[in-house]
Amino acid sequence: MTVNELIEKTGLEPLCIPCPEREISGVYNCDLMSVVMSKGFSGAAWVTIMANINAVAVASLTDMACIVLSEGAAKDEVMLSKAKAQEINVLMSCEPIFETSLSIYNALKNA
Amino acid sequence: MSNLVLKYTVDNEDFTRAGEASSDVKKKLKMMGVPPEAVRKVAIAMYEGEINMVIHADGGEITVEITPTQIVMVLKDKGPGITDIEKAMQAGYSTASENIRALGFGAGMGLPNMKKYSDEMDIDTVIGVGTTVTMKVNI
Ligand SMILES: Nc1ncnc2c1ncn2[C@@H]1O[C@H](COP(=O)(O)OP(=O)(O)O)[C@@H](O)[C@H]1O
Ligand SMILES: [Mg+2]
Repeated sequence: MTVNELIEKTGLEPLCIPCPEREISGVYNCDLMSVVMSKGFSGAAWVTIMANINAVAVASLTDMACIVLSEGAAKDEVMLSKAKAQEINVLMSCEPIFETSLSIYNALKNA
Repeated sequence: MSNLVLKYTVDNEDFTRAGEASSDVKKKLKMMGVPPEAVRKVAIAMYEGEINMVIHADGGEITVEITPTQIVMVLKDKGPGITDIEKAMQAGYSTASENIRALGFGAGMGLPNMKKYSDEMDIDTVIGVGTTVTMKVNI
């Protein structure tokens, strides 16, 4: 499933989508950057509360498909401009982390 | 073929640019056709080292040398130095402030990650003078 298809299926809000055709390989959760660096995987949809510029660097280094801000994380313009420059997709959910991850998981499973 | 040498300056406390050196090295290694597993190891090890230079030291200089058989990263800072290396190497040990933790750092896993993802690591530190971390990843 691509990031674009995920948006259609789940209704997640697109904040910055420079690579709509990027394939998603699975869902990943964590808010500690060191853990994300070692356990985050290529193609992951990373559901996190870390709406900051460092999340973009980490998503880029681990080759993730998209960052999904959730649990009421606030939009950060600096983050979004960095995401655009680094070609990292960023989506937003108003649901908590678990519900957001579950809906992505179900969308992937039923794809 | 001569070895490729890359040099970077890491600013202190500049989180907006933290990770840029690692990203650039990753991009170049990928373009050079270095195997993905080696690229991943370099990206993780170097990012953790770069972040440590930003949050624990006053920034510094990174030199990356790419040879046909290995990638050598030298991260040199003029920070406070590490008092107890053995303690610093323990997973979970961190002196990071609350502000830093709120950004997702300070899990105390940086040095353990650097050790895990490099094939060789050496820390040379002098209190009040600075720290030089050398990491090698075999290709
Ligand atoms: N370059 C450095 N200069 C001074 N102290 C350092 C440096 N790198 C690491 N340290 C010390 O070692 C501790 C552990 O580092 P690390 O494992 O990366 O965890 P963290 O960065 O999450 O605190 C740090 O909290 C800090 O006290
Ligand atoms: Mg660290």
